[in-house]
Amino acid sequence: MVSYRTPLGRARGLGSAKHGALTWVSERVSSIALIPLVIWLVYGVIRLAAGDYGFAVEWVHDPLNATLCVLTFAIAFSHMHAGMRVVVEDYIHKALSKSALLILNLFVCGLAGALAIFSILKVALGAASLGGV
Amino acid sequence: MTDTPKAPREPPVSPHLMTGGFGSPLLWRWHITMWTSILHRATGVALYVGGLIAAVWAVALAAGPERYADFKALMGSLPGKVVMFGLTLCIFYHLANGVRHLVWDTGHGLDVKSANASAVVVFAFAAAATLAIWGLAAMTGAV
Repeated sequence: MVSYRTPLGRARGLGSAKHGALTWVSERVSSIALIPLVIWLVYGVIRLAAGDYGFAVEWVHDPLNATLCVLTFAIAFSHMHAGMRVVVEDYIHKALSKSALLILNLFVCGLAGALAIFSILKVALGAASLGGV
Repeated sequence: MTDTPKAPREPPVSPHLMTGGFGSPLLWRWHITMWTSILHRATGVALYVGGLIAAVWAVALAAGPERYADFKALMGSLPGKVVMFGLTLCIFYHLANGVRHLVWDTGHGLDVKSANASAVVVFAFAAAATLAIWGLAAMTGAV
């Protein structure tokens, strides 16, 4: 059926495209996920600070610790990216500086997060090079 | 035109620039809720650095015992401990104030009295949790 209404006429009154809330929702969801993860992390850091290299390797070898570590890094770096993005958007108004800082923020969070997660997986999955642990 | 000389009058100023005596602003003053808002962002930026330190920890662990010992020595030094203590304060503050924001997102606690009260709770929690965790760390030999 051919519609004789203009695209604007069809769109009027329908509200937003329903995608605008995605950023807002993902900020909240990552916050909620980080509540238990951060409490677990603080406890883990205390134990890791008291232990040596062997203890840390053993700790990361535990499947639960490895999984929670990867989840914490992934969600925390995503949350860090979203937070720093708002800071840059609020304070930097020159288009070029703003774009450069937003890209830098994305790349720093992406690279650091990927390095951290790959490192955890390497230690968690690599059993041969540990010398008895 | 009158001949009697008049004393020059103070030009009118915006109410926000008026002083209420001793140079204190009449309308504008610091509220505890301003501090919680500013500190949420400041601690978030500090925790961004904390996240990068955590990534360095993971990379050092994967790099082997020598690199890991270097990392532990750096974080175990006095400046390292000061940074870790600051990050502990930041993470508990950001955590508690983040929960406060999540409660606000449900539409609860937005009136001035509740917002002031929850601000005090957030500060108290951050201080108490930091001291408790460092006490626990000292007892378990982590510090």
